[in-house]
Amino acid sequence: MANAQNTTTAGNATTGNSMAIIAPLAGWLFPGLGHFIQRRWIRGLLLMLSVLIMFFAGLGMQGKVYGFNTGDLLDILGFVGDFGSGLLYFIARAMDAGGGNIQRAVADYGTKYIVVAGLLNIIAAVDAHQIAIGKKQ
Amino acid sequence: MTFELSHFSAAVVFAACASTVFGITQRNTPRDMVRYGAYCFALFVGGVIVASWAMWLIKH
Repeated sequence: MANAQNTTTAGNATTGNSMAIIAPLAGWLFPGLGHFIQRRWIRGLLLMLSVLIMFFAGLGMQGKVYGFNTGDLLDILGFVGDFGSGLLYFIARAMDAGGGNIQRAVADYGTKYIVVAGLLNIIAAVDAHQIAIGKKQ
Repeated sequence: MTFELSHFSAAVVFAACASTVFGITQRNTPRDMVRYGAYCFALFVGGVIVASWAMWLIKH
């Protein structure tokens, strides 16, 4: 009996440990996925919608998607923010989207939208980690 | 596909999305999440309106 309980507890701990790594990674890779795999459907959906709306609205406003660079500090930070969007970032780069347009004032807003979408996605991924380790319900 | 947003509508969309994420990630219970999200949204939009009037007053 005691052995069975210990085995179950150890199994749960292993699942919890692996989820603590998988959930934030999944959440980073695709917005909301870290919550979906932990059955937080509504939260995951709202997070997914928020990040997707911001990212694609940014692209729609002809915002810039930063590539990896070692130049200006703000460009480096822009890349870090954009990279937070996970798969969306790679897809946008692969499709050559996000070239930017300096002739439109709104395009600058778009650039900020894309950066903030990535940063919000990182916050959501950290939240998925907090749920996985039991710090949050 | 491109689209045009006014300054204010861009700020409102930004506020709505950011507030949603803040509300969900920074609070534990659904009730608190909604309250905090609404609080952040009000601060975002209120800040935009106050800053807009401040700039108008500086100009005039």
